[in-house]
Amino acid sequence: MDAMVKSLRFALVGNPNSGKTALFNALTGSHQKVANYAGVTVERKEGRVQGTDGKSLIVTDLPGTYSLRARSLDEEVSRDVVLGTRKGEAAPDVLVCVADATNLRLVLRLALELKQVGRPMVMALNMYDIAQRQGLQIDLEGLSRDLGMPVVTTVATRKRGLPELIAAVEEQAKHAAHQSEWHAPSAAEVRTAHREAERLMKAHVQPPARPDTLTGKLDAVLLHPVAGLAILFGVLFVMFQAVFTWATPAMDGIEAGFALLGQWLGATVTNDLLRSLLVDGLIGGVGSVLVFLPQILLIFLFIIALEDLGYMARAAFLMDKIMGGAGLHGRAFIPLLSSFACAIPGIMATRVINAKRDRFTTILIAPLMTCSARIPVYTLIIAAFIPNTTVWGWVSLQGLVMFGLYAGGIVSALLVSLVIRRVLWRGMVEPFMMELPAYKMPDIKSVLMNLWLRAKIFLKRAGKIILPLMIIVWALSTFPYPPEGATGPAIDYSFAGMMGKFLEPIFAPIGFSWQMVVALIPGMAAREVAVAVLGTVYSVAGAEENIGTLATVLANDWSLATGLSFLAWYIFAPQCLPTIGVVQREMGSKKWTAIFVIYLFALAYLAAFITYHIAVALGAG
Amino acid sequence: MSKIIRLSEARRGDRGVIVQVGTHCHHEEHEVELERRLLELGLVEGAKVELLHEGLFGRDPIALKVDDMRVALRRREAASLNIEIGGEA
Repeated sequence: MDAMVKSLRFALVGNPNSGKTALFNALTGSHQKVANYAGVTVERKEGRVQGTDGKSLIVTDLPGTYSLRARSLDEEVSRDVVLGTRKGEAAPDVLVCVADATNLRLVLRLALELKQVGRPMVMALNMYDIAQRQGLQIDLEGLSRDLGMPVVTTVATRKRGLPELIAAVEEQAKHAAHQSEWHAPSAAEVRTAHREAERLMKAHVQPPARPDTLTGKLDAVLLHPVAGLAILFGVLFVMFQAVFTWATPAMDGIEAGFALLGQWLGATVTNDLLRSLLVDGLIGGVGSVLVFLPQILLIFLFIIALEDLGYMARAAFLMDKIMGGAGLHGRAFIPLLSSFACAIPGIMATRVINAKRDRFTTILIAPLMTCSARIPVYTLIIAAFIPNTTVWGWVSLQGLVMFGLYAGGIVSALLVSLVIRRVLWRGMVEPFMMELPAYKMPDIKSVLMNLWLRAKIFLKRAGKIILPLMIIVWALSTFPYPPEGATGPAIDYSFAGMMGKFLEPIFAPIGFSWQMVVALIPGMAAREVAVAVLGTVYSVAGAEENIGTLATVLANDWSLATGLSFLAWYIFAPQCLPTIGVVQREMGSKKWTAIFVIYLFALAYLAAFITYHIAVALGAG
Repeated sequence: MSKIIRLSEARRGDRGVIVQVGTHCHHEEHEVELERRLLELGLVEGAKVELLHEGLFGRDPIALKVDDMRVALRRREAASLNIEIGGEA
């Protein structure tokens, strides 16, 4: 008896900002899993809910939308799931249309469109407490009669109305689905549906007695052309302070933890090879990526909280013109900003950009934002080659070079974006139009749940992608062993060493010695690993703690032109396998990943080449 | 005294009623698409609009109150909407 064991399935559909995800979280608690739909990089969120008779129901959360008409891949998947035409996905038995009770007009039109799908439906008026506070009068019975579906009220953040919602879903599931009559509505049909929605509003909804005036008052300041931008930069300043200072104790803790684990394993494991694999390969490699987890979590905490507050749409509004000058979408702002800490959360955050072209442009330039893993490399090379003097009386020359490296990344990102716009996707301008939702206090539980979700995705990735890569890099720099009586460091004799010497002719025109090329190979694991490897290659123990010693060694061994060339290389080079892994996952295309890697290496080579030869011509060779 | 202007020419504080959505030059795919997207976002004939905020550079983009919700769009897109201002609304 198939029907007995098959769980009832329902899907949540609704406008963006309707509290749909909060409702999904409230329904499923921790019984949810996030994966991708088969074959595409569209997030699939599914969870289990306890039904009235103890049997569990399966609920799917679909991305917020104003229409079933698909414009992006996400929306195509949502549409196919709703219609039940997506291969390998069971069609939902019931559709739940989630509405922000204080903002019904657009969702009523969506509900009318969804009715054409022919599946049993339930309307959930979410955030009903806010509607009541505003004195909004909704004739639930009348609305239910005219819409032809049960209407229940919910307050997701307080778990109110959930049993009623589930009961309504179970009741509706008893009705058979009709043949779908849905087709992409024409402009005329949208207009007709709007008139019908307007009629429903007039008939069943009394305007609020105490409308929300807070949003208007806040916007008067937060969207003010000058004050708004100033506040935005203030918010960003706090965010950056937090990411770079609050995260430090946790990062130090993780580092110390991995160091202790390494020491303990080093003392416990007697087999040399196994010890090296565990300590240098696994713990060293994974530790160097996991150490960024606190920063990544803090960035996501800010992004999620600001999004739930309703501020993200305002940030996009304020930045749209500035970003638009470089052919970027206003929504690209936050992902790019996050990339200053680490490109991985930045690239993951590009999911807020709907249009594929805008999203891909943003992903392509995200690694040009100077991430925090580059700081140790920059610090080392600057300490070695830039004299600690002041220019123009008060500006530190070293600080100026650091600023120049950041600015170089930003300027080249904007140039790349312009070129992409002009050459690749000429004349295609994605319209910027979006709802500015009413401000709402973020619900702490919902924020933490989303944060946990992001952390899980990051950790999973660290396990699945980063771990094997680390082992490969370790093997390359360990085997084969140095011959008897070898004098140089072991890495010189390894595959990495051989590759370094083999690749040297390619890198000679940009002033790199073979030792530097050797350092670049394990440095692929994560940028800052290059510092440790340079320490190994130049036999400076504990290079990360003894930057001063290593800097002196480098200053004697490299020319100034080589040092500057190395800095220029690091602005561009995609020296980070985890980032490449995330790009592959988010773009879902080998071709685009290849373009990403090749264009960045080409830019790095070009920049280093120009820097080196100008410096040599000026007598710094 | 009411007059009909393009929404893209409106200034902060202007209020009116949308009288036409879309340029009605329907040979271009993206024009048709833009019209439907504007409609789906509630920018439909008869909706009351008020221009609430303008961006710093070139007064772009603009934030509107459309009936009881708020919407942001660029003046470029707003050019395909006509509104009647100075009427009773």
